[in-house]
Amino acid sequence: MTKLQPVLSAHWDEKDSFTIEGYKRHGGYKAVTTALAMEPDAVIQMIKDSGLRGRGGAGFPTGSKWGFIPQGDNKDHYLVVNADESEPGTCKDMPLLLANPHSLIEGIIIGSYAIRANHAFIYLRGEVVHVFRRVQQAIEDAYKAGLLGKNIGGKGFDLELTLHAGAGAYICGEETALLDSLEGFRGQPRLRPPFPAIAGLYAKPTVVNNVESIASVPAIIANGIEWFQSLGTEKSKGFTLYSLSGHVENPGQFEAPLGITLREILELSGGVRKGHHLKFWTPGGSSTPIFTAEHLDVPLDYEGVSAAGSMLGTKALQIFDETTCVVRAALRWSEFYKHESCGKCTPCREGTWWLVQMLHDLEAGKGTEADLEKLLDLCDNIAGRSFCALADGAVAPIISSLKYFRSEYLEHQRNGGCPFDPVASTNFSVVNS
Amino acid sequence: MTPELLTEVEMITVVIDGFEVTVPKGTLVIRAAEKLGIQIPRFCDHPLLSPAGACRQCLVDIEINGRAFPKPQASCTIPVENNMIVKTQLSSPVADKAQKGVMELLLINHPLDCPVCDKGGECPLQNQAMSNGRPESRYEGVKRTFDKPVSISSQVLLDRERCVLCARCTRFSDEIAGDPFITLNERGALQQVGIYENDPFESYYSGNTVQICPVGALTGASYRFRSRPFDLISVDSACEHCASGCAMRTDIRRGKTLRRLAGEDALVNEEWNCDKGRWAFKYLAARERVTSPMIRGEDGELHEASWPQAIAAAANGLKGKRAGVLVGGRATLEDAYGYSKFARVALGTNDIDFRSRPHSDEETSFIAGVAAYSTTTYKDIDKADHVVLLGFEPEDESPIVFLRIFKQVKKRGLLVTSDAPYASRGSVKLKAKLVSTISEVSGLTEKSVVILGERLAETTGALSAAVELAEKAGAKIAWIPRRAGERGAIESGAIANLLPGGRPITDIAARVDIQSAWSVSSLPITPGRSTSEILSALALGSDNVSALDAVVIGGVDPMDISNQGLSQLLNTFVVSLEISHSAVTAIADVVLPVAAVVEKSGTFLDWQGSPRAFEKGITEALNRSDVRILSMIAEEIGSPIELPTVAATRREIEALGKWDGAKAEFTKVSLASKSASGDKLTLSSWRQLLDLGTLQAGEANLAGTARTAVAHISANRAASLGVSEGQNVRISSDLGSIILPVAISKMSDESIWVPRNSQGSQVIANLGFVGGQVTVVKA
Repeated sequence: MTKLQPVLSAHWDEKDSFTIEGYKRHGGYKAVTTALAMEPDAVIQMIKDSGLRGRGGAGFPTGSKWGFIPQGDNKDHYLVVNADESEPGTCKDMPLLLANPHSLIEGIIIGSYAIRANHAFIYLRGEVVHVFRRVQQAIEDAYKAGLLGKNIGGKGFDLELTLHAGAGAYICGEETALLDSLEGFRGQPRLRPPFPAIAGLYAKPTVVNNVESIASVPAIIANGIEWFQSLGTEKSKGFTLYSLSGHVENPGQFEAPLGITLREILELSGGVRKGHHLKFWTPGGSSTPIFTAEHLDVPLDYEGVSAAGSMLGTKALQIFDETTCVVRAALRWSEFYKHESCGKCTPCREGTWWLVQMLHDLEAGKGTEADLEKLLDLCDNIAGRSFCALADGAVAPIISSLKYFRSEYLEHQRNGGCPFDPVASTNFSVVNS
Repeated sequence: MTPELLTEVEMITVVIDGFEVTVPKGTLVIRAAEKLGIQIPRFCDHPLLSPAGACRQCLVDIEINGRAFPKPQASCTIPVENNMIVKTQLSSPVADKAQKGVMELLLINHPLDCPVCDKGGECPLQNQAMSNGRPESRYEGVKRTFDKPVSISSQVLLDRERCVLCARCTRFSDEIAGDPFITLNERGALQQVGIYENDPFESYYSGNTVQICPVGALTGASYRFRSRPFDLISVDSACEHCASGCAMRTDIRRGKTLRRLAGEDALVNEEWNCDKGRWAFKYLAARERVTSPMIRGEDGELHEASWPQAIAAAANGLKGKRAGVLVGGRATLEDAYGYSKFARVALGTNDIDFRSRPHSDEETSFIAGVAAYSTTTYKDIDKADHVVLLGFEPEDESPIVFLRIFKQVKKRGLLVTSDAPYASRGSVKLKAKLVSTISEVSGLTEKSVVILGERLAETTGALSAAVELAEKAGAKIAWIPRRAGERGAIESGAIANLLPGGRPITDIAARVDIQSAWSVSSLPITPGRSTSEILSALALGSDNVSALDAVVIGGVDPMDISNQGLSQLLNTFVVSLEISHSAVTAIADVVLPVAAVVEKSGTFLDWQGSPRAFEKGITEALNRSDVRILSMIAEEIGSPIELPTVAATRREIEALGKWDGAKAEFTKVSLASKSASGDKLTLSSWRQLLDLGTLQAGEANLAGTARTAVAHISANRAASLGVSEGQNVRISSDLGSIILPVAISKMSDESIWVPRNSQGSQVIANLGFVGGQVTVVKA
């Protein structure tokens, strides 16, 4: 039985966890001192050796990404933190920044030092104003404490940190679209190559990392590689935040070593809401193919989830019980992707537009079984045909729901409409009964 | 061979659909496939624009070193690599399905209005939907609709529901024209091309967006719903507007030009042209055509006459008289040659000039000594380390030259210096270093190009100083006049001091050349006069020994030279060869109707001296070129010039060839010092591309995008005049005044700039000169 392993979330229950004092009380900002005493290349090597992989979804080794930055090129380097969290179900970075913003700032200082950047940026989802204010305050406090600005810790390292509010586009979570948006342009993915490591922000070598990846860095510096590697599985090292939401008794963040299973998390958290049972779930947000009860024991690490046909993604465990109509869920997700498609590529722009219309009809019980083949064929014409992965994410819930719940789609047609009571799946249905 | 040409380009061999092809490194897969004759469907791809990878129509399967990409790749964004194997729709079922899938998606929201769409019949979407699409759509949903059309400008209309969002128009405007006034707005299925709220799509090149639009989303207001492509007769043509030398295509239906498009010439205009070249062709319909020869009767009125009568009247009036010839800068090479030969042979004079604009003796000497032999080309601009613009505003005066310089500025930061009196939009785009006098220009090498505009003739000594500057550094000199016919007129000797082929009139061998070619025993030796001197001589009165009694005028507006030009013609015998009724035909004694460019064959020499020959577009037309009529008059006079057709003229010009003897000497003069007098300001001006020019008449949609006429002054000057941006000033000379709103620019406090021939600012007519001292007050 895997245990929870609170690291980033260890002190969230303390009233002042978000303050610099609260953070320092538990050893915060000591890793900066350690890191600044090291050679920058040694810091990169340490993160490489730790096996830390990107927590934003793709799981790319963080240290390798840092190592791609050409050194001695007489160019400015930038570290950009992707805090544009906005996928349905994904909700780890916002609570992390709300409760423990200084872990990110400390990670930024270390990361910038390692890649030799003197200016870092946090691209934060603008709608989440309370988080924005808290991070703003944390940055201000870090400047006051001499942790940002000129000559940090007397070690001759300068770092400016800019907080930027995104204007509400899911596509700006794609790293090159994020860079365009940060530069003041409309956020649309850029052609690659050149990759951001060569020509990123303002055409300068740039590392773009997820909030959780960077926030994990101080703990690795402080506790060492061996400690980090003792957690997790063979190729997925360390701890991570699992975000449990949906039809569960206790939704929230559960920090655990990689490789824990949903069954374990449900046991630790109090399970599916009372009187109901698990029907399907997402392992990593709406863009990852859904799982069912048969996947309860899949190890939730990069390899395990992938082997079972989905992706670890952002570890957003959205739980749906038997009251949920899977067609309706797929429709809702599709509406999200249609709304968020940036419009650049034909398959995504036009495809999501069509998918929504088809799912509307299917949910209303219109059409025939042949329409399901048409739907799958359309998904095949969309997946992997666009520039970025947004459209791939859009078709993932549709294809996977058809894989596991084809009969339910057909049931809609036989029934001439949705056989589910939409109210039964809501939270207020429980309150009322 | 220059060192660059010797540099080995690395070649790469790839396999596409089982066939090997070797292409230079950096070639995109889609283009390598073209080399094999494999057509991969595409929309956003354009060889002259940066890759976008947006439409996803060109997906192919690619494998490198045995490792296959997991997904089909956009062949318009991927350069070839060694050991690359590409499978297009022809050999990969995955690529084929991907392409068909994208095509189906492109069509789900596309309206089925092909039967009424301008693009129908010449539409890449229509064609590729047939070649690479499904026969039937499976879409049963609701199509996206928008209000239509939206005016992007007065001449470009947008039907958003037809748009496939390929971003060709936005990329063109940004990358090629440097006018990023259109952009993609909104997101997802609502993404659309849009303009800024406050900045209008005022680009001189906007018409290219219509031409490269792969669907019918962007249409030209003047052509919209006018014709179907299969009803048009398309002919290759040449642009008659400026000396850039664009290749063009003219589309004609039932004897009328309906549309003009940019032709392709990699060495000149690539695939672009300017809006004037594209849309300014209605001048024929705008003014009343001269349809029949006319003779002024005893009653003082013009009366229609037969051709023999009119030819005889013209010959009678000219024969034995002291007559001059004004050719104008718009004649074709063949017509200018006709005027040149007519003056020398039929009239026995060297009083001939093509310049219907301010000019000087210094320029006459410069033309014979320098301009006639210039071999500078666009390629020299491509390779230049520094381009100096003197008396020349390329965006307004030769827009394709501007595009060429801009391309190099963008590509490799080409250094540009300009003597523009204020930071004009063109100068800003070229990041030009501005200088106030020629002596301030520095940093020239033998790889530099010094471009001289015709306006240098307006300042005494400027041409001399400019030539000296270039000669000292060994830099290349290019002289770029504004009008399309000027270089051809020089080469055909339509100027006092040159005979055809650049032969100096004073050179005995050159004269012998021409005498034998023309089978005449002698050529006039009295030095000839310039346009302004000819006009003055015409007004002297017949008793004066220097006076002229008669003049042959071909398409010249004397008001382009001075505001007294027309009055100087009043008491003299005038033979006018004209397309339409004009101020000159109104006072002429004999009016002879001639063909417009589209009705005749001919050749324009661009500023490089390269010929662009064209055949008549309107098949019903009589090809009544000026040279044929001149030939008939000469015959009647009794001194035939034997140029019965344009083709015969071409043969004679070719047989003559170019002069290879000693060139005429350019007699330099010293630069006039600038004289600031009292409170007056020094006026400078040039013609904006879109203005009140005669050849732009009748095209309101084009005129709608002309830049608003403003007077540029410095901030200090504005303060001392008590005016702020947008307030009016009155600019006065002894003869008249102009009232214009001011624009505050970084420029000398002693200078003011106004457009030369725009709405509310016709400098010659209103002030009597193009440059000089003016009084400026708040209006």
